[in-house]
Amino acid sequence: MDWVRQLGRWALENMQRWGRSGLFLLSTLAASVLVLRRFELVVQQVFAVGVLTLIIILVSGLFVGMVLGLQGYYTLVDFGAESSLGLVVALSLTRELGPVLTALLFAGRAGSALTAEIGLMKATDQLAAMEMMAVDPVRRVIAPRFLAGFVSMPLLAALFTAVGVWGGNLVGVGLLGVDSGVYWSAMRDGVDVYEDVLNGVIKSLVFGFMVTWIAVFEGYDAVPTSEGVSRATTRTVVNASLVVLALDFILTSLMFE
Amino acid sequence: MSDSKDKQNSSADLVRVSGVRFAFGTRPVYDDLSLSVERGKVTAIMGPSGCGKSTLLNFVGGRLKPDAGSVMVDSVEVPGLGRRGLYQLRKRMGMMFQRSALLTDMNVFDNIAFPIRQNTDLPEPLIRHMVLFKLEMVGLRGARDLMPAELSGGMARRVALARAIALDPMLVMYDEPFTGLDPISMGVIVKLIREVNDALGMTSVVVTHDVKEGCSIADYVYLLAHGTVIGQGTPEELNTSQSPEVRQFMGGLPDGPVGYHYPADEFVSDLFTGA
Repeated sequence: MDWVRQLGRWALENMQRWGRSGLFLLSTLAASVLVLRRFELVVQQVFAVGVLTLIIILVSGLFVGMVLGLQGYYTLVDFGAESSLGLVVALSLTRELGPVLTALLFAGRAGSALTAEIGLMKATDQLAAMEMMAVDPVRRVIAPRFLAGFVSMPLLAALFTAVGVWGGNLVGVGLLGVDSGVYWSAMRDGVDVYEDVLNGVIKSLVFGFMVTWIAVFEGYDAVPTSEGVSRATTRTVVNASLVVLALDFILTSLMFE
Repeated sequence: MSDSKDKQNSSADLVRVSGVRFAFGTRPVYDDLSLSVERGKVTAIMGPSGCGKSTLLNFVGGRLKPDAGSVMVDSVEVPGLGRRGLYQLRKRMGMMFQRSALLTDMNVFDNIAFPIRQNTDLPEPLIRHMVLFKLEMVGLRGARDLMPAELSGGMARRVALARAIALDPMLVMYDEPFTGLDPISMGVIVKLIREVNDALGMTSVVVTHDVKEGCSIADYVYLLAHGTVIGQGTPEELNTSQSPEVRQFMGGLPDGPVGYHYPADEFVSDLFTGA
């Protein structure tokens, strides 16, 4: 009978976490509106969350684009369709790989850092000290970070895609001899602004929202010990990645027919 | 133990706690706790570790609500306050945390300026004056550019003290201010708490388990154990108290009315029940 009790406790704990995270999101959104008046706080966090994530995004984008160029070319050339290489690379990146891989990298690089930072602030009583100084930590600490993550994600995904397209060009045109004009014109003819680019941007907005929400919530909700912060950081990366992949499937099935 | 304080005169009390009951989950912390803190005085709340002394400060600061009973600060019922009222009240309170709790991403100067900048619209030159004044009081004016990670434990505690009094609050709460300090730093903090209280006309509550230091600065002492007040009075009164519980704590005796053992089943039967 013990496992029934454990199952019940596990379910209760998880339901409570869901409830807490929902309430937390509401107060964060309310505070986010207010924090727009202290915009310098958001700018600082855009630097920490977005700019410092640039390098890994750019390098990954380049390599993913180069691999797409190679794989796409070897597959297409069998059918004599290497003229479509630009289209294949661009569509894969704008629709899927740009938003999804950026979100996964973002969760690993920026999300884990957010959780650890907020969790350690909690463990060292910094959040409690703010409360006692009549400063709301949700407004001062959480909201600027949440906004910064939400804003940074689509920008990073756009850069990832752009660098990826260029990487595909580097390999396809520079290495494998696809005609440069053909590469770019296939892309221009085949990629639709609304169908492909806009849907990609919507995806990255959704992913940015979810990943940042998970990251700041896990930090704020962490058990204030070194073990608790470490577990919270792990949960951020695991949960955020799973949520991104699951949502990607749902969004894709709704967006593209 | 004599009740030297006139309990009828409530306007002289800045903090009044009466009939408070509280439990963390199923573990009872307080059972009918009542005490009061007189304006302008340093009141020490002493008791064994883990008896919930810090929880009391969280009631006063409104970070926790008791299950029953009343917590009045300056004639305001704290648990009944809404968010806005609570934040208004906290602007008139300072708290020094055991782990200092300095904001690690800003230097000493900005840490002390933080509550002023967040809660007032004062011009920056005036803020600078206020911060330097507080830093001079704790003797760290020269350390204003250091980051918290560069400070020793004693220095961090002094910066935390300066930050707690940055807005000249009516009430300052110290959570275990003497723990983990070397003797010199400890002496400095003891001296500072008394000086700050008298020079700035504040009221101080010191939560501590260090009997000697607590008694050396306190005007009035409450001893807590088993979730309630087991003794109170001036330090002299407590030192001459005949109550066995008070004598055990003041004398630092390991066992007595305040049990040495965490509650458990009987030892022998526990040994033979198997794993």
